[in-house]
Order: sequence, then structure tokens, then C-alpha cells
Amino acid sequence: MTEMLTRPVATEARTGLVEILDGRTWSRVCPLEELTPGRGVAVLSESGQQVAVFRDRSGGLYAVDNLDPFSGAYVLSRGIVGSRDGAPTVASPMYKHVFDLRDGRCLDEERTPDGRPAVLRVWSVRIVQEGDR
Amino acid sequence: MTTRPEAAQSLKDLVLVGHGMVGQRFLEAFVEQPGAAGWRITVLAEEPRAAYDRVHLTSWFSGASAEELSLTPTGFLAEHGIDLRLADPATAVDRAAHTVTCASGAVLRYDALVLATGSYPFVPPVPGHDAAGCHVYRTIEDLERIRDGAETPGTRVGVVVGGGLLGLEAAGALTALGLETHVVEFAPRLMAIQVDEGGGRLLQRKIEALGVNVHTGAGTQSVLTGADGRVRAMGLSDGRELPADLVVFSAGVRPRDQLARECGLPVGERGGVVVDERCRTRDPHVYAIGECAMAVDGRVYGLVAPGYAMAETAARSLADDGDDVDGGNGLGEEHHFTGADTSTKLKLLGVDVASFGDAHGATEGAVDVLYSDSRAGIYKKLVIGADGRLLGGVLVGDTESYGLLRPLAIGGKPLQTAPEQLVLPSGLVPVAGPIALPDEAVVCSCHNVSKGEIRAAVHDRGCTTVPEVKKCTKAGTGCGSCVKLLGTIVAEELEAGGVTVDRSLCEHFGQTRAELYEIVRVAGIGGFSELLDRYGRGGEGCDVCKPAVASILASLAGGHVLDGEQSALQDTNDHFLANLQRNGSYSVVPRIPGGEITPEGLITIGEIARDHGLYTKITGGQRIDLFGASVDQLPQIWRRLVDAGFESGHAYGKSLRTVKSCVGETWCRYGVQDSVGLAIELELRYRGLRSPHKLKAAVSGCARECAEAQGKDFGVIATSAGWNLYVGGNGGMTPRHADLLAADLDKETLLRTIDRFLMFYIRTADRLERTSVWLDRIEGGLEHVRQVVLEDSLGICAELDALMARHVDAYEDEWAAVLADPDRLRRFTSFVNAPGTPDPAVTFVPERGQIRPARPDEDGRILTPALVAGPRLEVRTA
Ligand code: SRM
Ligand SMILES: Cc1cc2nc3c(=O)[nH]c(=O)nc-3n(C[C@H](O)[C@H](O)[C@H](O)COP(=O)(O)OP(=O)(O)OC[C@H]3O[C@@H](n4cnc5c(N)ncnc54)[C@H](O)[C@@H]3O)c2cc1C
Ligand code: SF4
Ligand code: FES
Repeated sequence: MTEMLTRPVATEARTGLVEILDGRTWSRVCPLEELTPGRGVAVLSESGQQVAVFRDRSGGLYAVDNLDPFSGAYVLSRGIVGSRDGAPTVASPMYKHVFDLRDGRCLDEERTPDGRPAVLRVWSVRIVQEGDR
Repeated sequence: MTTRPEAAQSLKDLVLVGHGMVGQRFLEAFVEQPGAAGWRITVLAEEPRAAYDRVHLTSWFSGASAEELSLTPTGFLAEHGIDLRLADPATAVDRAAHTVTCASGAVLRYDALVLATGSYPFVPPVPGHDAAGCHVYRTIEDLERIRDGAETPGTRVGVVVGGGLLGLEAAGALTALGLETHVVEFAPRLMAIQVDEGGGRLLQRKIEALGVNVHTGAGTQSVLTGADGRVRAMGLSDGRELPADLVVFSAGVRPRDQLARECGLPVGERGGVVVDERCRTRDPHVYAIGECAMAVDGRVYGLVAPGYAMAETAARSLADDGDDVDGGNGLGEEHHFTGADTSTKLKLLGVDVASFGDAHGATEGAVDVLYSDSRAGIYKKLVIGADGRLLGGVLVGDTESYGLLRPLAIGGKPLQTAPEQLVLPSGLVPVAGPIALPDEAVVCSCHNVSKGEIRAAVHDRGCTTVPEVKKCTKAGTGCGSCVKLLGTIVAEELEAGGVTVDRSLCEHFGQTRAELYEIVRVAGIGGFSELLDRYGRGGEGCDVCKPAVASILASLAGGHVLDGEQSALQDTNDHFLANLQRNGSYSVVPRIPGGEITPEGLITIGEIARDHGLYTKITGGQRIDLFGASVDQLPQIWRRLVDAGFESGHAYGKSLRTVKSCVGETWCRYGVQDSVGLAIELELRYRGLRSPHKLKAAVSGCARECAEAQGKDFGVIATSAGWNLYVGGNGGMTPRHADLLAADLDKETLLRTIDRFLMFYIRTADRLERTSVWLDRIEGGLEHVRQVVLEDSLGICAELDALMARHVDAYEDEWAAVLADPDRLRRFTSFVNAPGTPDPAVTFVPERGQIRPARPDEDGRILTPALVAGPRLEVRTA
């Protein structure tokens, strides 16, 4: 069976292939085992976008833009995964802004320095089991 | 001749003679008075610079610049239209004509004249006292001359005449300048005015332990000169001849009352312009304040705090009198100056002496309570009045309680605590907190701030930190000796107001970093999850607690920082063992121990940078930084660095950064020890040591201090007898000069002491707390740390030694270990689903022959990772 979700997933799964939804197609990320709980990886989507994919210690999987809107650098995948008041988060390694991984919103500041709302795009993630493909 | 423009005649003229500490304080107090706008102020200064902090003059030798010592806020004079005439002393006063004549020939008319001319150093009129090589110790120019003298080749021995507060300070300075130093004191003990016999004996032992030779009960008979007219030796009253190349007279000061004398104003028998309780001389138009004045109690005060009090009295009195200089009497008695506290605390490095109140028990019926321990080097005496009040005391070796005891003695309230409790070492009995202090007790005597005013600053004016209280009340901004007590009062006041100071690390842990360290150590915790599950508040953790715990685990358990669960905890820099730059690229810093590098090493680094197209720069830490690497490039770059014998420089970690060195004895004509060799040894010993914040060190080969060791977490300065160890220095945002922890150590003791210092810091510091902040924060401060690491007062030294031994044994180069392990190497890809694809967002443009990150509006070029042989970003220089 394929676990297919358009939201970030919390999963009991231990193996499988992680994919993100890029437009209409699912792009390969990497085998689930290669994601270290508490850390992220960067993915180049088929349409050339940079996405940051995270796994937290309780098994949640999340994907958001890799671009840190505060520094303009593509670095969010290298941030530390955490939680704030129960919300799963990532802290940008550049100036330490914290984002909610469920909806991509920055929990520290509402707007980026150029005045736009500080929200990251959230990407859909799924885990495909061997044989389901 | 008058220099006044006729147009502004409606303003009254105030002339201040002398721009020293008290003169400046007078100006600050005067301009705040309501009537100040009606006055035009002219200041005549003899020195070539505006008022500076004479109390901290000695810190000029340890690097404080004349600008840093300045007491005149930028813009202050201009803002208040004050005309400061530097290097133009007053030469005469004509009281009948109301004029002052200056050296430049100018004649100024005054409506009010304030004399603040201070004192001059007394030089005993012995033969040879003015020979070349003789100095006094009062101004920055004096210090410049002393330094130049000490640096003249052939100058080896310095003699200080006078063993009082100032003499000892001068002796400390001469030792720091690398001279063999002697102190000659006429009285039978050092600091005779402040300390009693028992305290003096102990003080002498301590001063001698610092390498200063003390000769008490010896008078200076003559200064003997050589054929060249320079000082050669000192003839003592006991017939001895003391060889000397440089002499500093510090035999007391005399008030500069000559102007007053010559214009017929009364002066005291032993000098000092006679003033009343409003600081007016016999002539109601003329005031005298500070060290040149004799107060109504018949004393001439040689300390700054009474001078400040006089400055304020005079400012109020003058403004109050308004137009009626002769008759006005609006000044409330509380503003009268009738006398002052002469408590003192010696600022000399490494020796703690304090004396306050009636230190000699001169009061009728006074009794002593004494605690003395010669082994530990502690002497404490309290003088208690017949009615049970604390009258004064002497503290040598442990001045911890000075801040508490002085206000108690000055406040004159009966003691709430048994006096014996107040003299026993802090370990033996719980120390009485400042809550025992009455509100009217003066906590900061430099600025006359009472405990009540400090409390008010907290609960009425909303101050919540010591720096805020300092700003608001000025307390603690003078000699600094009250700062610790200030901290306690602020904390207690906040607590009393229900403000709990939350010390928890973050929302996931209620403990401080130091508490977590103890938990990990005692409970033998091996991982973050285990710690969070057993001792935390649940959740995932965060970017505060994860790296903090990672650092604790690394300090205690060792192991590679990228292994297992540990890898997920590291800050980005540690995660890639490199430093993240603004555009997402990384920098690489190989370790260059002590800053020493071979030509081959330089060539190799150059070749690697060239082949990978990296930007290179010499860092402020004596090594080379290579910028612009992508995550994919890091292993390739490090492969070549490791093959060439380089190791990780830990520029990314909260761990030892560099041990800077100066070239030292090997080459430098002044060096007295091999500073490069020691720096390398230290850097190799402590490399990779994870700590609460980064650690920096330096080793200088002599007192000239070219490696800036006193600005480092630990710094070593060579002496002819060994090594002096300084700790707690800091550059950065809040610079702090390091404190001398121990002097003249042999190398083995030096290493052991640093081992313990570092391990004790790692154990007890807060997250991201540099040693400088830690040392100022921990209970007991430097003295406590000294006792822990040198005397093992907590009985933990064996444990600290063992931890460091384990660190030294277990060290491995993090980068070599990564390169040897495919699993660890795996993470070094820009994109998991497209390994080898360079990050298209990281682009560069050429500048000055190298690359730099492209700005958003620039069309930069990508640096391809597989660049091993050749392709570089084209650099156009035209
Ligand atoms: C590269 C270098 C500047 C240079 O081009 O010379 C540098 C660069 C950075 N310094 Fe520094 N510091 C460098 C020498 C210094 C020095 C001078 C020294 O060590 O003698 C100081 C003052 C001395 C001191 O620390 O007491 C210094 C005081 C700071 C501070 C302030 C620390 C403080 O206690 O206030 C920070 C911020 C911090 O650590 O929180 C900082 C932080 C940084 C960071 C890590 C900022 C950041 O997060 O990106 C910079 C990135 C390093 C990198 O390699 O990408 N850097 N920095 C120097 C590296 C020296 C080395 O070889 O390792
Ligand atoms: C090394 C050192 C350490 C000290 N440590 C301490 C300490 O720890 N605690 C403490 O309380 N005190 C200490 N003191 C004493 C303290 O510095 C003085 O009490 C304080 O400076 C007195 O201030 P003042 O303005 O009266 O005199 P000064 O600061 O000496 O200022 C007088 C100024 O008047 C100028 N002047 C003199 N005659 C004329 C003239 N005719 N025309 C124009 N200008 C003139 C002088 O050049 C001088 O600049 C220390 C002093 C020294 C030298
Ligand atoms: S001073 Fe500021 S800009 Fe310069 S290296 Fe240090 S942190 Fe970076
Ligand atoms: S007592 Fe000197 S600063 Fe407070």
C-alpha cells in the first residue's frame, strides 16, 4: 500500500522511499533510512526548485522551501529540527529564525526584511513502500 | 589684557583651575544645577589632555589607552559651551581684581573661581633625587617616561620608594615591565596607614610571592649616580647600597595650594587650602575642592570619593548662592561636606587587601575580632565598638566580604550578625546577605549611592540588570569594588519583587547548562533522547538545547561529533565541520598551531585554494581561512589538507580556536622564553576540547605582550622565572582584560593549572558564556577559582585532571575520521537526490583577483565542485 498524503506525514514506517509532490509528479527524495531523525536534507525538484525535507525524532516527515527568506540563502535544510509549544520546527542556521514545519510560518517574525509575509511553501511528502511502485 | 568678548557681558564667569578627576566631576555636577545656564565656564588645565581616570592609571600599562581612561564624555564640553584650555596652567590669582593669569599670558576675569589643582608627588630631597632615571607616578606622561626608561637597554632593576597603596601599584607595574623590582618603605610595614601589623606581615609575604623584594624599616638616604649622571644605586639608611637603574618615588602626595598661598588665602599647617563645609575658602568667591583642599575636619583627603563629594557640594553651593555670593544660604545641611570615608581596596593584581573605617581600633573601648590563617594566606580583623557596632577592619588575602562590611561599618548600625561569623572564611558559615544592610548604608562610596537608592532603581525605575542600575545610579562606575555587592542587591530586590530570574536552558529543560552537565556526569547519560526523556520536559528539543547537550556529551563522553544521535544535535557549522557563510557556502580553516607554518605548508594551502578556486584570507587568529567551498567540495579539500598533514582548526566548534604566539626568545631580542614552542604545545593539548563557548589563548615571550595574551580566555606571559597565567580575557563585543591567576609557574604547573581551569569552566559555565563573563558571574570570582584550581578547595582536582587526561589521550582529528568513514562522508552532498550537482544558488563574482559571493542583483557564476585540476572562475583584473 502507498501512504499518500498531501500534508506532512507522521509515520510509523521504518523503511520506504520518501517522495515530494512537485506540480503533478512525485519526485524521489531518498530512502527513509537515510534521513537522520532531527535533521534535514536538500532536494532539487524536477522543476529545479530547492526543497528541504526533515524527519523529527518522533517520526514526522516535513518538506518546506530550502530558501531562508531572511538571509536569501538556500540553507534551511541544514537547520536544527525542534519543537516550540508542541509545534514541529526548524531553526534557520543563518540568523536562527524558527519556522513551523506544518504550515511554513515563521514563529519569530511575521514579515521578511523586504516586507513580504514570512511563510515558507509547504510541500507534500509521502513514503512509498517497495513493491507498491 | 582681557580675552573676553564684550558682547556676552550678561553671563557670569566661572573659572575652574585644574581639569583632573574632581574638576571634571565638578563640571558635571554644576551643569546640572538649575542656574548653570547663567554662567560661562572656562577651565584651565596644566596637563595636555582632558580629565582622565587617575585611579586606574596603572591599567595604562596593561593596555588601557589614554582614550579609554578619559573621563570627559564626547561632546560634553561643546554641549555646555565650556572653554577648556589644555596645557595652559594658571600662574597667579588677583583676588582684588577678580582675575586669573595663565602661563600663556591670558588674563581671565571671574565671578567665581574654583581651585581643583590636586596634589603633587612628594619627592624626599635626598641627594640625587632629580638624576636621570628618577620618576614619579601621577600622570600619563609620567607613565610614558617610566615605560621608556624600562625599555632602555641595560635597565634591569627598578626601585620604588614608598610601600603605600600607590607604591605597591607602581611596583606591580615595574614587575610587569619585566624589571627586577624592590620596594623601600620607611615604616616597619607595608601600607602602614591602612593595615595593622598582622595584616602587614601577610601582605609583605604575598607581595614577595609576586616577585617584588620588600625592604621595610629602611629609609632612602641618597640616590647614587654613575659617571653618565644616571641612577646607579640607592643608598639606604641602614648603610646598604641597593643597585638600581630606575627609581620611582611614591612617598606620598602634597596638596597643590601654591596659587592660594600666593594670593593670601589661608592654608593648613601641612598644606591644603582651608575651606568651610560648603567648600568655600576664606574668600567667598573662591572655592577649593579635591586633593588641594583641607576640609572642615582638618583633613586633606587623598582619595577620589571625598573629592567627588566636595565637587558636588561646591557645585550646589555655587549655584545656590545665585547672585548673592556673599550672603545666600540656601544650601541644605545634608549637602555640606564635613568629612568622608577613607576605605580602600588595593587594585594590585593578585593581592587582595582592603581596609575600612577605623582600621586601627583608635576608638575608645574598641575590641578586635581576628581570624588568621598563614597557610591559606588569610588575615581578617574587625574592629568592634564597645556598643557592638562594627567600626572598621582590615582584610588581607580574602576581601570577599569587603563590599558587605564597609557599608555596615560606615552605616554605624549595631550588627545583626555575630562578628565571628563575619570573619570566618565563607566556606565555614553561611555569609550574611546584604539584606542585613540598612537602606541608608552607602554601597558605592565612589558615587555615594546607598542601598536604598539601588533598591529604588530596581523597583521604581524598572532596572532589572546590574548594567541598567549602573547607568541609572552611577553606582559601580568608579573603582568597581562595589559591583559584586550591587549584583546581590539587585538580584535580591528582583526576587523580593516576585520577579523570578528564569535560568532554565529553554522550554525543553528547566535546568541550567551547568546543572545538565552535572546530571550527565553523575547519571552517566549517553545521549540526548535519554536526557530529554528522563530529565527534560518533553518535545523534540531545539536549536538551543540540542547543541548545548551535544557539547556536554562531547566534553564528557568523547566520541566523534558526527556519530549516531550526536550528529543530529550539532549546529550547522559542526554538522559540516566548516563555517557557514552568508550565501550558503562554507569556509575551511586548517589548524596552524601557534601560527607557525613552513613554506611547504603555505604552498600546499595556496595550491589547494587555487585548485578549488577558493578565496583566501589571513584571519585575526594567525591562520588562513579558505572561503567559498560548497558542501560537496569539503571532503575533497580536506582530503588534500589531511594528506599534507593538516588537521581541523575547529573554527566551527565551541571549542579551542587558536593559541596565538609572538615570535619569542628564539628570535626577538627582548624575549625571555620560547613562546612559540609553548603555544604549539598548548594548542595541541587542548585542540578539539568542546566547551560552553569558544576558547582562545595566546602566549607572549615577554611583558611587551605582542601576542595579546591578556585579551584571551587563557593567556600566558613569559617572565625570567617562568610563566604568568592570565585568565578571563576577552576581545569581541565586551572586551575584558584578563586577570592574573598565578605567577612564575614552571611549565608542568602551568599545564596542570590550565587543565583544571578549563575543566572547571566547562563544568560550571552557562551555555555560550565566555570565561570572561563566567569569571565575573560565579560566586567568589577569581579568588574562588584560584582556590579551586590551585588549592583544590573543592576536592575535585583529581577528577578535573582525569577528564583532561582523557581528552588529551582520546583526541583524534575530526576531519581525518570523517574521510575514513563512508557513512559520515555521505552527508556532504548539496542535494540527496542529485549528488554532485552544484548548488545553483551559490554564485560568485571576481574581486581583487579572487572570488566573492555575488550580490542578489549580480550575475554570478557557479563554482563547479569537481574542480580538482584547474578550472577556476575567470578573474579579470582590468
Ligand atoms: C575569520 C575571522 C575573521 C577574520 O577574517 O579574521 C572571524 C570570523 C568570525 N567570527 Fe570572529 N573571527 C575571527 C577572529 C576573531 C577574534 C580575534 C582573535 O581570535 O584573536 C575575535 C576577538 C577575540 C575574542 O573572541 O575574544 C573574534 C570575536 C568574535 C565574536 C565575539 C565574541 C565575544 O565574546 O564577544 C563572535 C560572535 C560569537 O562568537 O558569538 C565571532 C564570530 C565569528 C563568526 C563565527 C560569525 C559567524 O557566525 O559567522 C565569523 C565566521 C568565521 C568563519 O570562518 O566563517 N567572532 N573573532 C577570525 C577567525 C580567527 C581564526 O583563525 O579562528
Ligand atoms: C596611580 C594612582 C592610583 C590611585 N588609586 C586610587 C584609588 O584606588 N582610590 C582612590 O580613591 N584614589 C586613588 N588615587 C587618588 C586619586 O587619583 C585622586 O584622589 C584624584 O585624582 C584627586 O582628584 P583631583 O581632581 O583633586 O586631582 P587630580 O586628579 O590630580 O587633578 C588635578 C589637576 O589639576 C592640574 N593643575 C594643578 N595645578 C594647576 C594649575 N595651576 N593650573 C591648571 N591646572 C593645574 C593638574 O595638572 C591635574 O591635572 C590614585 C592616584 C594615583 C596617582
Ligand atoms: S567582525 Fe563581524 S563581520 Fe567581521 S568576521 Fe567577525 S563577525 Fe564577521
Ligand atoms: S565603590 Fe567605587 S565604584 Fe562603587
